[in-house]
Amino acid sequence: MATPENKLAFDGGWQYSPAPESTDHVSIRKKYELFIGGEFVAPVQGKYFDTINPATEERLSRVGLASAGDVDKAVKAARKAYAGWSRLKPAERGKYIFRIARMLQERSREFAAIESLDGGKPIRESRDVDVPLAAAHFFYYAGWADKLEYAFPGRKVKPLGVAGQIIPWNFPLLMAAWKIAPALACGNTVVLKPAETTPLTAMKLAELIADAGVPPGVVNIVTGAGETGAAIVNHPGVDKIAFTGSTDVGRIIQKALAGSNKKYTLELGGKAANIIFADAAIDQAVEGIVNGIFFNQGHVCCAGSRLLVQESVAGAVIQKLRERMETLIVGDPLDKNTDIGAINSKQQLETIRSYLAIGQEEGAEMFQSSCPIPKRGYWCRPTIFTGVSQSNRVVQEEIFGPVLAIQTFRTFDEAVTKANNTPYGLSGGVWTDKGSKIFKMTQSVRAGVVWANTFNKFDPTSPFGGYKESGVGREGGMHGLDAYLKLEA
Amino acid sequence: MSLSAVTSTHKLPDMSRVPTVDEVGVNERVARFQTRSIKSASKVEALKLILSMIDLTTLEGQDTPGKVRQLCQKALHLHDAMPGLPHVAAVCVYPTMVKVAKKALGNSGINIASVATAFPSGQAPLSVKLDDTRMAVAEGANEIDMVISRGEFLAGNYGMVFDEIVAIKDACGDAHLKVILETGELGTLDRVRQASELAMHAGADFIKTSTGKIQPAATMQVTLVMLQAIRDYYAATGRMVGMKPAGGIAHSKLAIHYLVMLRETLGKAWMTPQWFRFGASSLANDVLMQIRKQATGVYQSADYFSKD
Amino acid sequence: MATASGKTAKRLAVAKTYKIFIGGQFPRTESARYYTLKDRQGAVIANICRSSRKDFRNAMVAARGAQDGWAKASAYLRGQILYRVAEMLEGRREQFSAELKLQGAAMRAADKEVDATIDRLVYFAGWADKYQQVFSSVNPVASSHFNFSVLEPTGVVAILAPEASGLLGLISNIAPVIVGGNTCVALASESMPLCAVSFAEVLHAADVPPGVVNILTGYRSELSGQFASHMDVNAIIYCDGDQQTDKAVQVAAADNIKRVLRRTDVSWADESSQHPYLVRDTQEVKTTWHPIGK
Repeated sequence: MATPENKLAFDGGWQYSPAPESTDHVSIRKKYELFIGGEFVAPVQGKYFDTINPATEERLSRVGLASAGDVDKAVKAARKAYAGWSRLKPAERGKYIFRIARMLQERSREFAAIESLDGGKPIRESRDVDVPLAAAHFFYYAGWADKLEYAFPGRKVKPLGVAGQIIPWNFPLLMAAWKIAPALACGNTVVLKPAETTPLTAMKLAELIADAGVPPGVVNIVTGAGETGAAIVNHPGVDKIAFTGSTDVGRIIQKALAGSNKKYTLELGGKAANIIFADAAIDQAVEGIVNGIFFNQGHVCCAGSRLLVQESVAGAVIQKLRERMETLIVGDPLDKNTDIGAINSKQQLETIRSYLAIGQEEGAEMFQSSCPIPKRGYWCRPTIFTGVSQSNRVVQEEIFGPVLAIQTFRTFDEAVTKANNTPYGLSGGVWTDKGSKIFKMTQSVRAGVVWANTFNKFDPTSPFGGYKESGVGREGGMHGLDAYLKLEA
Repeated sequence: MSLSAVTSTHKLPDMSRVPTVDEVGVNERVARFQTRSIKSASKVEALKLILSMIDLTTLEGQDTPGKVRQLCQKALHLHDAMPGLPHVAAVCVYPTMVKVAKKALGNSGINIASVATAFPSGQAPLSVKLDDTRMAVAEGANEIDMVISRGEFLAGNYGMVFDEIVAIKDACGDAHLKVILETGELGTLDRVRQASELAMHAGADFIKTSTGKIQPAATMQVTLVMLQAIRDYYAATGRMVGMKPAGGIAHSKLAIHYLVMLRETLGKAWMTPQWFRFGASSLANDVLMQIRKQATGVYQSADYFSKD
Repeated sequence: MATASGKTAKRLAVAKTYKIFIGGQFPRTESARYYTLKDRQGAVIANICRSSRKDFRNAMVAARGAQDGWAKASAYLRGQILYRVAEMLEGRREQFSAELKLQGAAMRAADKEVDATIDRLVYFAGWADKYQQVFSSVNPVASSHFNFSVLEPTGVVAILAPEASGLLGLISNIAPVIVGGNTCVALASESMPLCAVSFAEVLHAADVPPGVVNILTGYRSELSGQFASHMDVNAIIYCDGDQQTDKAVQVAAADNIKRVLRRTDVSWADESSQHPYLVRDTQEVKTTWHPIGK
């Protein structure tokens, strides 16, 4: 199929007026201390750092910088609370978690707005995806608390103790829910560290957890950057580490944990192939490409950042993709019509820009949509690279931005080879109308999550996690319980 | 010899090669159109555009010349209390009522659309359908809304359905042909896509979802699939085909979602009554109430807007 | 079979050469190095290959090459092949028992270990087409999608076998790995390597596809670092680690985020040491989504 000659025009004409989500219902304190032992306490060294709105570059609040001493206090508080929490009647434990789920639903609008303010993601996503899914995770795992023995036939289960949890900036609240909900359901207590650029929803969650009457010390939240995380990883009083972030940091953590007997789960990077066969439902596939790479500004570890499209339809698919990209609105994360919000931080924007330069230097053809972008703040237009091959860095390395590398293939086997030719193995996408080919392909792709004729779908009941360098262990679903339990004969 | 064989410009597409459609993916895309928040100036602009795209319709067994005259009056005077409103695109009536409408509308610029071809079932011999069409055109209809033979289509007699459209198009002369697929009877979105391609290749100027007599009538899902078929047909041939969802679009909010869908699927060239219509009877008043609300800031009562 | 000296043999026994097992073949170590296994009295039992990093490299190539095909073999077939291994071992009970005795086991203990090994193979053979049913799930997601999670083999597994359980310990670690569709490279017990090599011969005779199991002998101190750092190893199982080797193995394993499975203080003779969670240890959970529509 050749590239169509007759193109559509999306510029000018009827446009959408700004439709900003109001923030009059949002309360953000000027300063957040650390949440330890059920109270907000000042960091020992009295240091704070700014968290800024990446769409305006303005300061939203200041949060405590937790030192090793603060982490030690948090771990001790968690240890102290563990005795009571782990012995609490499991059904009662579950009820606390149910209560968190409900309160999160009740406060969802405020959480969504703060998530967008602090992290830059469009309100449409924080409202429709992040916050409801976070609540759903609490709701799902709450129900497991008194049913754990049914998940592991032939085994007795015991909680691990204190779980140290370090989460990234791309889904701040959702990742907190992914970590806290199963840990608590299994009878553990936690010390959680949100990412330094997106601490606010975690601090709001701390308020909520306190309001929900969860016993002090069951959940402790300390803010800070890499050093704070390292203090958690290296603390001898921590029994388990759960980390979501880059493969580089995951590697450091795995090394740091060597010889420590701490259990760990790692949810790391990815470079997923989204494979489009000629017999696919092409329009839905194009939508899947868009969801795969432009969802959350491409700040998604399982993003479909490599498109593999069968050569016979490549021209048509790319043309449709370009037209679809022209309808994407980049801008104010709080505007309900925004499709692509702000890049999370200046540093990340610089990383993405360096890859745009690398792609062009390597001879790839770059296309960006023509939408206007605001003057202040961190922005990146949706971008595709064509004319790339396996040896291009934009094909090999995780960019973590709205940047798609497009390759073509001729045969099924070629697609499989290219898809698997990466150290990563987190996710993959397959688009074809033929049932047997779907199963063959989903079995052949070496990745922990495979979306067939869909992409970037998440659910609390659905396990998530990677093969190879994309991580160790699963989060979500029944399989996600394993990370927080000791199994005994 | 089939008619398609003698009409060299029209060729029946191979139905087995028509792109497939994934229903869940379509649902997701439609849900996303519905998250667009259309406020203030863009809302007023949309509402006026919707008014101008309406085919004000009465297609009842109980239609009388009186009813049709009242409908035409409504078309001419949507809400005189608010000056500067556009008029609707057309009134849509049965062939027997075309003459009445023609007289009532005069040279207003409002088109007369007439359903033909044994509407709504389409279960009549071709000769009857052709006569039906020729009569409506002769009486003054500038747009013909035909129904396809769904039975033949579902039986796989694509050539017959195709030839029928070609023949009706020929009988239309200068009148524009809207081809009603009656999507509520086609069963799946794949079939909607196939029927859309068939109709466009047979020469349809517009493709239209429904007669309004079958549930479900127009849905955003079906309309999206048809818009995508129009887009791909345009990409391949360079010929623009119009789109008319009909039946079940009674409220402004839904109509605005359709406009969002149109804008993001076909772009600005289709955002005119020439290329997009709403087949509706009660939509106009809801749009008028919304326009009034936008102008005054006060929520409106239906009692202040004429019902005809 | 080798014979210990000190006994007067009626005829000169033909001593067995113990080789390593790579890709279905029995080469000597490419390094041509050896260490001498002696009995309690200090008599030479056999010269044992002191495998090198290159032997390990070759074994890894064989294991990787075999992995895809082995994973694609039906669960039924994998179960049958494992059962066949048990059958072949049953027929060679006396040989294995004698080797265990040579390595210092008491007669009854040796017989018992061989029996337990055969039974363990049968146990895991039976899991071949069942563990998937126990550990998979259909996940009731909230959207209109069919969603299921199944286990897939992790890939190539490096095994540092238990030192004190030269036959049963080795098989208890190999069987759950291969029954799940992985291939492996195992380093035999340094002090009790005889049965490992003989077991390779059983595997060969039982038509286990070449490369599915590769068995090396040699010094753990030389090879554990290689096992842990090789970038094509997907998971490493190491038995009896002390804290120092634990640390070294795990640090090296992190280079490519290997799954690290430490099995220390396991009483392999105990029946409670056999369970399907050993199979699950070298499996990945894959979750597949597909829309439900018409």
